[in-house]
Parts: sequence; structure tokens; C-alpha cells
Amino acid sequence: MTTVTETTQDVPASPPAPNRIKDLARQLIATRRVIVGIVILVLLTLFALLGPVISPWNVGERDYTALLQGISPDHWFGTNRTGLDIFTQTTAGLQKSLLIGLLVALISTVVAALVGAFAGYFGGFTDRALTWIADLALVLPSFVILAILSRHFVGNGGWLILVVLLAAFSWMVTSKMVRGLTISLREREYIHAARFMGVPPYKIIFRHILPNMSSLLIADATIMVSTAIIGETALSYFGLGVQSPDVSLGVVIADGASFATTAPWVFIFPTALLVLLVLGVNMIGDGLRDALDPTAKSRRS
Amino acid sequence: MSTETIVDSAAADSERTRPTPVLEVTDLTVTFRGFNNNPDVKAVRGVSYAVHRGEVLGIVGESGSGKSVSSMAAMGLLPDHAEITGSVRLHGEELLGKSDREMARKRGKVISMVFQDPLSGLTPVYTVGDQLAEAVMVHNPKGGKAKARARAVELLELVGIPNPAERYRSFPHEFSGGMRQRVMIAMAMANDPDVIICDEPTTALDVTIQAQILDLLRTAQRETGAAIVMITHDLGVVAGFVDRLLVMYAGRPVEIGSVDEIYYSSRMPYTMGLLGAVPRMDLEDQGALVPIKGNPPSLSALPPGCPFAPRCPLAQPECDDSEPDLLPVGSAVRTEDGRTRVRDDGEQRVACIRSGEIDANRWTAQDIYPVPEIPEAEAASARREDLPEVLRVRDLIKHHPLMKGSVFKRRVGTVYAVDGIDFDIREGETLALVGESGCGKSSTLMEVMGLEKPERGSIEVMGREVGSLSRSERFSLRRDMQIVFQDPMSSLDPRMTVFDIIAEPLRTHRVGAQAVTERVYELLRLVGLNTEHATRFPAEFSGGQRQRIGIARALALEPKLLVLDEPVSALDVSIQAGVVNLLEELQAKLGLAYLFVAHDLSVVRHIADRVAVMYLGKVVEIGATKAIYEHPSHPYTQALLSAIPVPDPERERSRTHIVLEGDLPSPANPPSGCSFRTRCQKFITLQESDQEQCMSAEPRILPTNGDDQASACHFAERQAGLV
Repeated sequence: MTTVTETTQDVPASPPAPNRIKDLARQLIATRRVIVGIVILVLLTLFALLGPVISPWNVGERDYTALLQGISPDHWFGTNRTGLDIFTQTTAGLQKSLLIGLLVALISTVVAALVGAFAGYFGGFTDRALTWIADLALVLPSFVILAILSRHFVGNGGWLILVVLLAAFSWMVTSKMVRGLTISLREREYIHAARFMGVPPYKIIFRHILPNMSSLLIADATIMVSTAIIGETALSYFGLGVQSPDVSLGVVIADGASFATTAPWVFIFPTALLVLLVLGVNMIGDGLRDALDPTAKSRRS
Repeated sequence: MSTETIVDSAAADSERTRPTPVLEVTDLTVTFRGFNNNPDVKAVRGVSYAVHRGEVLGIVGESGSGKSVSSMAAMGLLPDHAEITGSVRLHGEELLGKSDREMARKRGKVISMVFQDPLSGLTPVYTVGDQLAEAVMVHNPKGGKAKARARAVELLELVGIPNPAERYRSFPHEFSGGMRQRVMIAMAMANDPDVIICDEPTTALDVTIQAQILDLLRTAQRETGAAIVMITHDLGVVAGFVDRLLVMYAGRPVEIGSVDEIYYSSRMPYTMGLLGAVPRMDLEDQGALVPIKGNPPSLSALPPGCPFAPRCPLAQPECDDSEPDLLPVGSAVRTEDGRTRVRDDGEQRVACIRSGEIDANRWTAQDIYPVPEIPEAEAASARREDLPEVLRVRDLIKHHPLMKGSVFKRRVGTVYAVDGIDFDIREGETLALVGESGCGKSSTLMEVMGLEKPERGSIEVMGREVGSLSRSERFSLRRDMQIVFQDPMSSLDPRMTVFDIIAEPLRTHRVGAQAVTERVYELLRLVGLNTEHATRFPAEFSGGQRQRIGIARALALEPKLLVLDEPVSALDVSIQAGVVNLLEELQAKLGLAYLFVAHDLSVVRHIADRVAVMYLGKVVEIGATKAIYEHPSHPYTQALLSAIPVPDPERERSRTHIVLEGDLPSPANPPSGCSFRTRCQKFITLQESDQEQCMSAEPRILPTNGDDQASACHFAERQAGLV
């Protein structure tokens, strides 16, 4: 093997320090899946914002002359049983669902990661306290609490409260997984090495522990997007979710589900948008996971 | 490969004069087909060997050289997607191409195997005895259960399990690693096989247990008269154990011959380098080890010529033309069809086109390999007492409580991990902590590195008592001591680039960004890596390179004390030599003090100035390396040193090993008085009144010679000539 170079030997100019974030961004942009995913999400957002504007109908406006009618120049996506224009409803619903899905996924994954990692890393009292909170949140009847608070969802910013509540009831299982992983990661030698060089615990968690479970967290966040949208639908079915006049994709899908075979347009369009949304999120998540994982890269090349 | 007949007529001639070998492998190749556009992996490329009755053949090579795969192929244990060609003959009967069912009748009866990991070799849900009885029954179903059971008990007794009739009903988890390996050997010899293949049988075991197992394998061979194929990477183990030796590199045999021929007159640069790279426990001033540059080639993309040429100091342009065949020394002549079918006829054969030249010039490893000059440290000249203390540990204790119960936890016992140890390290000095696994070496390190107030005793770093430090003082003290871990896989964060890994300690201690960048590149050069390595991830490096990254990280803050936790034990010999040389060089250059934890006493002899031998959480002997190795005074040190095989066949044959009885007692329940008395070879020879003293009084560590050698034994007696 090479011997140690003499220090007296003239040292060549050091190349600049590599920039991890720049590398990562370059890598993400170079991945086709990520680009496709981003394009899908951007298009969906534009569609959701512009849809209600260009549509000749208003949200909640009923056309009593066209009940449960198929695609026509008047109603681009058809109408449902009560004469609501599916195009308008779907695009308006997509607005709320995009926000709810992405925000709930983000909040709940972040909370899960923090609670799990801190509980697992510190152990002892911190662990017991945080685990107790998670267990409590698991056994609380979320439905009842949502029902009690549902009247606050009405009006401006009401959906934000819904987002917070949905997130508050969906982080626990992931946090338990994160905690278990942290406990096993904590004994790795690079964590010991960091501790012995004096890195404070919170920095160890953010620098070493969380990045090493990013695959799990990204997978969890992508799944959570669709789970949140569907979960909101279930609430809306009982009138506990997004309150009228607000509408969500979930509400539209739930309405159309029973007509899926007899009047497919009622069901197909909103569902297709939901599938597209989830697909886009998954593609970005996939690309992000690969970009963050150095082993995946060396395997591919 | 084609099925042409043997061309080498000389080989055919000598074949007639020798009896038919028990196992003969000819031109065996194993290829793992690559899926999804991955290239094929040619794991074994033309291996030939023959083993005769009662003969022991050793196969040595570094990891990935194909030594295990070739024997698995012979046993028919490879998965279906492996393509195997060539021939494997057992008593003249072709084994390749036999169905799994036919092979099952042979395996365990005619040919059997001992694996490396004794834990996964036994089923955890059946008793040890039942598994042994099953091994007997499978090949002899008419014998009846009672008979198989009796045979199992007999076998357990034969392999030295105490109370075999009782232990028959034990489950594998109730056995220690050494005892499990005994059971595996009992299983292998259950049906008096003709060939036993041992795949690294002692690698996972401690040295004293290794000595027991090697002893046992000799017994097994005597009992069954079987031929043994011993696969290992340890050149010490094979020296005293095997008759003939096959050296493998990159899936191909590169040298074969009797053990003396290989050790004393190797004609292949790779073997020579390998032998030169082994630190020797029996030599005092060995000088720098012979490092082999580079890494073994990837088995999926081999160069056309000799696979060793890129690392070989004797490489010539011709070496890249074609791969040399395994030919008798000096004969580089090829047969008319350009391909020699090599058959193992007992002669020394070498795969090197310059073997004749090496033979004629009588070159040794030191002649052909460039050995680095390691500068003499300045500190070596000063008197030890005059040097400042870097670390001083006084009466250190670490006890782990054993808890029981889920709601109301109560203490049911204590694990005495570290039980009162004293040592000190001076500037520029290396102290090695040695001992078997479970003796408390690593717990001691963790206590020292934790810089917390110990349960009892004191730790002083740079003359400062750690228990009295404030938070910020403790933080700044961390600059002066850094650690290098054993496993280069898990000691580097896989998600960080090499640059960030080495920069982490600097950034933590708030070094400016510009200074960080400069220092990182300086460190990379210092440990022998390239600057373009900085942007890569740890997964892209080999074990030796990763260990160098770990060392660079530890050196970043210019510490005065480097704690090394088995830094080379996970590396191959040729790579290990490079890292050991690097450590010695850094010490001389930077005046570092090392606290070196190891179980490999050969490396310790090479690198350490002083040695502390630990047993069950206590230091039993401490002193200068030379004094300890030449005149050990504690019976445990004596046994430990005597148990280590020396890579020198002649010397190894003339040595007598002290083989310790039994296993390390549990640190939760150490014996009264002297904790070593249960295994002590001296204890048995003592008179009853003296034994009483060993049983009741714990020996204190007292000087045994005028110098600083001290040992904790009531009847310490310095003894020479053990290594």
C-alpha cells in the first residue's frame, strides 16, 4: 500500500470542499422519475387552481336540467345525481385534497421522526414519556374527537385545523418504527465515534440517525399522502371532514362510488386525479430516496 | 472448459506410483451468472488438488479468493444458478452432476464439513444430542434409536464435552461457541467419513479455544483416519496443522506444495508477500511488515493476464499477456496446444512466469517488496518515567446490573465487566490491552472514551481527572483523544461523503470552513488516500481504505492519544500489513500515544511497547512487550502465548501448546479467589494448602522482576521459550 507522503513535499492546491446539497439537487434533477413526478404535481396544482375559474359553473351550483348526465359540451366531466358539475367539483376538491394530503404527510412524518428518534436515542425517562404520549394517541377515539371539533372546520382556515388533527392521529405507528430503528442505529460505531468527538445528541440525531432512515421516512410520507386523502373522505362521509361549501376530492369520490358501474364518469375522473396525485408523489419520493442512498447509486452504475 | 484429456504426461507417470487419492478435484470452475445485466462472477477458475488418506491439505487465501466456494462445490452445496465444470472425484467416483438426493447419501457419511459459524450450524429448537443422533440415524436407519443415542453420547465424550449423558439434553444456546464447534466436529465425524472439509473452523473463536479445537481436529483425524481439507486465511493455523498447502488468489491456485516448501521456499510473489505481511509473535525486531499494494481484483472483471500482476513488484509486460498456469518451479514451457491441464501430483507448483528466476536468485519477500522505512520515534530514547502521562487509569470499575421483572425491576446480579484495573500510558507509547472476548477490554475503552466519572476509581487524561471536569472542559478534552473502531463497515456513516466524515470532528470543534477543507485534504494524503476520494461514499471503498478513512477522522483534531479498538482484525493479512505500517509511521511522526485493544497477540508484539493482559475484568499481567513475550509470569499469559500458532512449520512442530480446559467463566459469576483458578494449568499441580490460597485470596498485582513487569498470581514464575 502507499506510504505516507512527506509533509515537506509541496502540497498541491486543495480542491474546494464538496457541497452535499448542490450534489443532491443535481442528482435529483438528473433523475427522470423525479422530473416526471414534479411535472405531474405542478400540472395537477395548475389544474386545481384554474379549473374552477375556467369552468362555467360555480362550486355547489346545480344544473337541474342535467341530472346524472354523461360528458357534454356543457358539463365536460358530466354531472352527478343532484346535477352538480363533476369538473368543477373535482378541480375544487383537488385544491383541498392536495393541501390536506401533502401537509398531513409532511407534518405526521416529521412528528413521527422526531418523537421516535428522540425516544430511541435518549431512552430512559424521555423514552417512557414520549412512548406514553404515542400510546395515548393510539388509544384515543380519534373519531369522537374529530366529531366534537368538526364544527370548527367550517369557514376560512377551518381545513387547517382538520389537517393538524389528521396529522395528530397518524404519526404514532411510524414513530414506533423509528424508535426501534434508532435503538439499533444508536449502537453503531459511527454514532459512538460522533459522541466521542463531542457532537451534541440533537446533532447526532439530525446528522446521523435520521438520514440513515430516510428510506423509511420517505416511503412513509408518500403512503401518508394517499392515506390522508382517503381518511379525510371517510370523515366527510359522516359529515365530519371538510365542511360545505368546501369540497374535497374525497367527498366527490365518496359521492360517486355508488355510481361507479352505472354512471362511470361520476367516479372515474376524480379517482384518476387521485391516482395521478399519488403517482407523482411516489415518483418524487422514489427519486429522493435513491439520491439520498449512496449504496443504491453504486449498484446502479 | 473443454473435456480434453490430461496432457501432462509427467503427472500421469507419478500418478501410477501413488495410491488413488480419497478426494481429487480437477480443473474445477464455478461461475455465478449475473442477472439484470450484471457481469458473471467467476468465483473459481480451475482449481485442482488431491488429498490422500490421512493427509491434511490446507487451502489459504484472502477473502474472495474462492477457497470456500470450491469446497462448497465439491460438497454439492452451491445453489442451482452456479455453473460448475471440471471434475470432483471421491474414491474415483465422479460427484459433479449427481442429484441432490444422491449427494445427500454421501454427505455426512463419506464426506463431511465443519463450518465457520457454529451458531448457525445447529438448529436452536432441537437438543444437541438429538441432532447428533439424527446425523447418525440418517445414514444408518436400521441401527435403531437407542443405538444412535448411545453413539451420540460417545461422540460427545470423544470431542471433550463434560458430562456427555447430561449435556445430550442441552440446547445449542446453552453451549459456548467453542463447545458448539465441538458438537459440529462430532457431527462431522459421526459416520467415520473419509474426507472432512473444515471451512475456517476456528476463525470465530478465541485463541485458547482455537488451540482446543485444533487439538480436537487432530484427534478426529487420528480416530477416523480421514483426509482433511483445511480452509483458512490464518497462516499460523495451517503451519503446524497441514501437510500440504494450496494458495489461492482471485479464484485460482497460484502455488501448491508441501508446507515446508511453501513457507521456506515459496516461488510465487503473492505467497511471499502474504508470508511477509504476517506479524510474527516469535520474532523480536521484525521491522516493517511487507505490504502488498492495491486490492484483489474484482472477480467479474478480471484482467487478461496474471491477476496478481497489478500488485506484483516483479511484474513485467509479459505478465499481462496471459494467465500463467500452475507449473513446476522454473518451467515456463507450454505444451503444443498452449494449455496445460494441471493435475495435483504432490509436487510444488507455481503459477508465475518468473518462478525460475526467483528460485535461482533465492529471493525472499524482503528482497522483492519495497518495505517502507519507519522512522524511529524520538520518545524511544528518553526514559519512560520522564515522559508525561497521557492516560492514567486507577482502580477502574464498571459493573452492569442484571435486572429482572417488567413492572418492578429488581437487581438479580451483577456483571463484573471491568473489576478494578490500573494502567498508564506515556507520551508516544503504545499500550496493548489483550485478552479473550468477554474479558472487559471494550468496556474499558468505552469507560475511558466516555469521559464520565467512573463508578469507582479514576481516569486521568493529560493529567486531568475526568470526574471533576465541567461540560466545556470535557468537550475540549475530547480533542486530545480519539478512537478508531474495529469494523470499517459500521464505523463510517454510509450516508456521508468521505469529506464530511473527516470534516465532522473539525466542524464540531468549530474550525473555520477554509481550514477544514485544507485539513481534510491534508489528512487524506497523510493516510495514503487520493484527494478525489473525498466526494465518494464509504461503500465505494475496500476494508483497508475504509480503515484509513477512520484513522484520518481520528487524527483530524491532532489528538495526543489514539484509542484503537481492534483496528486491523477485520482486514485481510496483506491489507492489515499496510494499516499496521501506517499506524507505526504516524506514531513516529506525530508522537501519538496508542491504547491498542486486540486479541491478535502477533500484531500486539509488533506494535506495542507495553502489554496488559486482561482476564475477567482484571489485569493479570502487565509489563514491557519484550518481557511479557519472552518471560511471561502469569499462567494465563503463558497459556495465551503458547496457544497462538506461529507461521513457521518447523518451529510450530517443535512447540508444545498449553491447552486450557473449558471456557471463560461468566463475568456475572466469577470464581472466588483467583478468577483464573478454574482453568489454570498451574493450579492442578499445586499442593492442597497452596490451592486453598488460590481459592480464598484474590492475588494482587505485584512486580515479578526488577523492571515494570507485574503479575497477579500467588505463584508467579517467569517462564521462557513459550513462543
